[in-house]
Amino acid sequence: MQKDIKRLSLILLFMPFALWIVVLIALPHVGMVILSLQEKIAPRVYQYSLHNYIEFVNEPIYWNTLLRTGSISLLVTVLALLIGFPVAYYIAKIAGFRTRNGLFLLCLIPLWVSDLIRAFGWILLLRETGIVSGLLQWTGILGSPMEFLYNDAAVIVGLVYTVILFMIVPLVSTIDGMDNSMIEAGYNLGGNGFTVLRKIIIPYAMPGIVAGCIVVFMLTAGSYLTPILLGGKNSSWFTEQIYDQFITRYNWESGAAFGFLLLAFTSLVVWLGLKLSGQSLSSTVAKS
Amino acid sequence: MINQNKDRAFLWVYRTYVAAFFVFLAGPLLAAGMFAFNDSLFPALPWQGFTLDWFFNDTEPKLGMFHDRRLLRGLYYSAIIATSVSALSVFVGTCNAFLFVRGSFPAKDFFYILMILPLVIPGVILGISILVFASNIASALENNFGMELEFLRPGILLVVLGQFAFVTTITSLVITARLKKFDEEMEEAAFNLGASRARVLRTITLPFLSPALIASAIVAFLVSFENFNTTLFLVGSEAPLTITMYDRMVKVGSTPVLNAVSFFLMVGSGLLALLSVVVQSDKAKSKA
Amino acid sequence: MTSSAEYDLECINVSKHFGSLRAVDDVSLKIPKGSFFSILGPSGCGKTTLMRMIAGFNDATAGDVKIKGKSVLNTPPNKRNVKMVFQHLALFPMMNVYENIAYGLRCNRVNKAETDRRIKDVLERIALPDVANREIHQLSGGQKQRIAIARCMVLDPDVLLLDEPLGALDLKLREAMKIELKLLQHQFNTTFVYITHDQSEALVMSDNVAIMNEGKFEQVGSPQELYHVPKTAFTAGFVGDTNRWSGRVVATDGETVKIETDTGLTLVCKRFGDTAPGDSASVSVFVRPEFIHAAWQATDVDGASGDLVNHMKGTVDSLLFNGANSRVLVRDGSGELIEADVTLTGGSDDIHPGQSVWLNWSQAHTMCFAS
Repeated sequence: MQKDIKRLSLILLFMPFALWIVVLIALPHVGMVILSLQEKIAPRVYQYSLHNYIEFVNEPIYWNTLLRTGSISLLVTVLALLIGFPVAYYIAKIAGFRTRNGLFLLCLIPLWVSDLIRAFGWILLLRETGIVSGLLQWTGILGSPMEFLYNDAAVIVGLVYTVILFMIVPLVSTIDGMDNSMIEAGYNLGGNGFTVLRKIIIPYAMPGIVAGCIVVFMLTAGSYLTPILLGGKNSSWFTEQIYDQFITRYNWESGAAFGFLLLAFTSLVVWLGLKLSGQSLSSTVAKS
Repeated sequence: MINQNKDRAFLWVYRTYVAAFFVFLAGPLLAAGMFAFNDSLFPALPWQGFTLDWFFNDTEPKLGMFHDRRLLRGLYYSAIIATSVSALSVFVGTCNAFLFVRGSFPAKDFFYILMILPLVIPGVILGISILVFASNIASALENNFGMELEFLRPGILLVVLGQFAFVTTITSLVITARLKKFDEEMEEAAFNLGASRARVLRTITLPFLSPALIASAIVAFLVSFENFNTTLFLVGSEAPLTITMYDRMVKVGSTPVLNAVSFFLMVGSGLLALLSVVVQSDKAKSKA
Repeated sequence: MTSSAEYDLECINVSKHFGSLRAVDDVSLKIPKGSFFSILGPSGCGKTTLMRMIAGFNDATAGDVKIKGKSVLNTPPNKRNVKMVFQHLALFPMMNVYENIAYGLRCNRVNKAETDRRIKDVLERIALPDVANREIHQLSGGQKQRIAIARCMVLDPDVLLLDEPLGALDLKLREAMKIELKLLQHQFNTTFVYITHDQSEALVMSDNVAIMNEGKFEQVGSPQELYHVPKTAFTAGFVGDTNRWSGRVVATDGETVKIETDTGLTLVCKRFGDTAPGDSASVSVFVRPEFIHAAWQATDVDGASGDLVNHMKGTVDSLLFNGANSRVLVRDGSGELIEADVTLTGGSDDIHPGQSVWLNWSQAHTMCFAS
C-alpha cells in the first residue's frame, strides 16, 4: 500500500512539471519550427519549404545582423567577466566581513531593476542634453553639447551595465566557497600572484564563471530594449528583426525562422562554451 | 619593506577600482531617479528645484504618476500579472523540488536538464513560440469548431503563461536548493510522534522551506514585474507597466513622470530584493 | 490469550530483504517489560533496518512485530505507540523546547492544560525544569539529548527506540550520557531498545544485549554472559578485546580441547559454542587480555581447574600505559603480538620493553569455537 501511495504521489508531482515543460516549452518550440518551415504561396495557402531560411541566407542584412548580435554579445560577455571578476573577488575574499555583506547587498538590491529603467538612466546621462555632456561643457572640455548616444560604444556600455550583476552574483557565491588556505597554500608553494590566480583561483571559480557567462550571453543576445534605446534605429539587433517580422510586417513564418535561428545560434555558443570549459548545465547554471 | 609598499599600492588601486565600479553601478540609476524630483518639464539639467509634483500633481502639464490613468492601469496589470506568476511558479517550483529531491524515476538527469533549460532560452523566443502555439490552437478551434477563444489571443493570460514558463525554473532551483538541505529524519520524527502526513508537511517541511518559498515568490514577482522581452509579444490591450512606459518613451519622449515611475520601481524592487535576502539569511542563522 | 502481553516488544521471525540483500534475516526477540535492551552490531549489520521496522518506517518482508502482545504490522508508524530518538535527534529547529515536546501531544489532541502539566512533569524528570522557552540551538549537546528523550517520553510510549543517539557527542559527554540514559530508563521504567555499534555503550547500560551480524542475531544475553560465555566466535571477537588464534584440534576430552595454532603453539582450551569440534577440525581461539598474566617464569600448576595451564614465552614489544588499564604487547616466537593486562606500579620491578617474559593463562579462559 505504501508503494502505491509513493507511486501516486510521484505521478501527481510529475504532472505540473510535465504540463509546464510540454505545453509551455516543448510544443511551442516545435510549433515555431513547423511554422518556420512554411511558405505562403497564396492567401491562406501554405506549403512546406525552406523558403524562410533561404531568404535569410540570401539577404546579407539578416545574417549580418545575426553575426553582429552574436559577436557583440560575446564581447559584452568577455567585458562583463573582465570587469566583474575583480569586483567579485574583492567582495568574496578581500573585503572585511561587514563590508563584504554590504557590498554583496549593493549588488543584489539593483539586480532586478528593469532593463528599461537602466537604459533610461543611460539615455539621461549620455544624450546631447544629458548629464555627461553638461558636465563636460561645465568643466570646459567640450565647447558645445555632444551626443554620446546612438553608437556601438553606447550599446556595449549599456549592455555590460545591464548584465554585469548576473556575472558578479554567481561569481561571488563560487569564490566565497573557496577555502582561503587553498590560496595561501598556493603562495606557500612558491606561486606568485599570477600563477595562483591562473592555477588555483580560476579553475576553482570555473563553474561560477561558466554560469555567469552563459546567463550573460543569453541575456545579451536576447535583449531588445538596450540596443534599441541606446543604439537608435540603426542598432541592427537580431531581436529587432524578429519583432519587425512578427509585429510590423506580420510575417510570422519568417519571424519564426529567425527565432529558431537565434535559438540555434545561442544554443550552439552555450554548448561550445560548456564543452570547452568541461562543465555541464546542471553543474553551473543550476548552482547559481 | 618595498614589497609591503607595493602591496599597499596595489590594494589601494584595487579599492579605487571597486569603488569606481559601484559608482558606475549607481550612476544611471541615480540619473533615472533624481529627475523625478526636478521641478522642470524635461528630465535634464539644470536643476530647477525640488518638487514632488511628478508623483502627486493632478493637472497637466505636470501630471504626477499617481494621477496618470494609463500608468496606474499599467501598474495594476503588472501587479496582477506578477502576483499570478509568482503564485503559479512557486507552486510548480515546490512540486518540482519535491519531484527532483525526493522522487526516483528513470531519466531523472535528463528531466532535470529540461527543468533548467527555460532559463537559457532567450525571452523573445519564448514569447514568440508561445504566441504562435496559442494562436495555432485558437485558429484551429475557430476554423474547425467555430469556437472563439479570446483568452488564447494576446492578453493577460498569455503574458502570465509566458513569464511563468521561465520564472518557474528560478523558483524550482531556489526551492530545490533548500529542500536538499532538509534532514528527512525530521519528517520521520514528526511522523513517529503521531503526526499525519499532511500535518508533517504543514508543521515541519513547509516551515523549513518557507524562507525559500518567500524568497522565490519575491524574485518571481520582481522578474515578472520587470520583464519586457517575453511580454512584448504576448501583450494585448492590458499592457503592464514596463510596456506602458516603453510606449510613452518612444511616442511621447522622456518626461519626468517616467523618472517618477522609475524611482518608484527601483525603490520597490530594491526593498523587495532586500527582503528576499533577509528572509533567507535570518533563517539560516537560527538554524546554525 | 498467550502470555506474550508480558513482553513489551516481540519480533517473531522478522525478515527484511532489499532485492537479494537480506538486511534482516529471520530475527526473533522478546523484550520483557521495563528493561533496557540493546542491539549491538557493526555498521551495516541490519540493526537500523530492524529498528525502522519496529517503528514502522519499513515494512517487514516476513514475520510479525508485536507490541504489548498485539501485532502492529498493519498499524501505520504514526499510530504505533513506539517512539524513537533519532541518530541526529531530529529536534525541530523552528520550534522551541516547549513546542518540540508539545508536538506529539498536539497530534494526539491533548488539551492545553494537560499539555502544560505533562511538559512540566517530563522536564522535571529529566532534570531540566527551566528550559521550556529556550530555542533548540541554545541547548548543549547533552541537553538536546534529554529533550529528544523527553519529547518521546511525554507520550508514554510502550517502547522507546534509540538509534545511536550518542554517536554525535564527544567522548566525555558520551561517558556521562551513558549513565544518564540508564538512570532515565530506571526513572521512566519504560522499555528502551538501544541500537549501537559501540560495545561499551551496550554493555554499560543494558539488561540484555543482542549481538547482530549480517542480518542475524548471533546471541542474546546479559552483558556478563556475552562477555564471559560467548556462544559464537563472532560474539567472542566483537564483544570486548581479545587475542585471537586460529588452529586445529589435536585432542578432545569432554569440554576440554587441545589445539595447535597455525603459529605452532599448543593450547588447552575450553569448548564454547554449541557444536563440538571433531579431531583436526579448524577452530578459533580467543583469550581476553585481562586473563593473561605476564610473569618472569612459566607458572604451571597441574591438576585443579582454573590453573594456568597455557603459557608461552615472548619479548616485551611495548607498554601501553593507561593507568589501571595498562597493557603490554608481547611478541612471541612466531612474531605475533599478544596483548596482556599488567599492573604497572611505577616501581623498579615493572616490566620494560625488551625483556623476556612468560605469559600464563588458564584453560577456562581459553575460549575455543569451531569455525
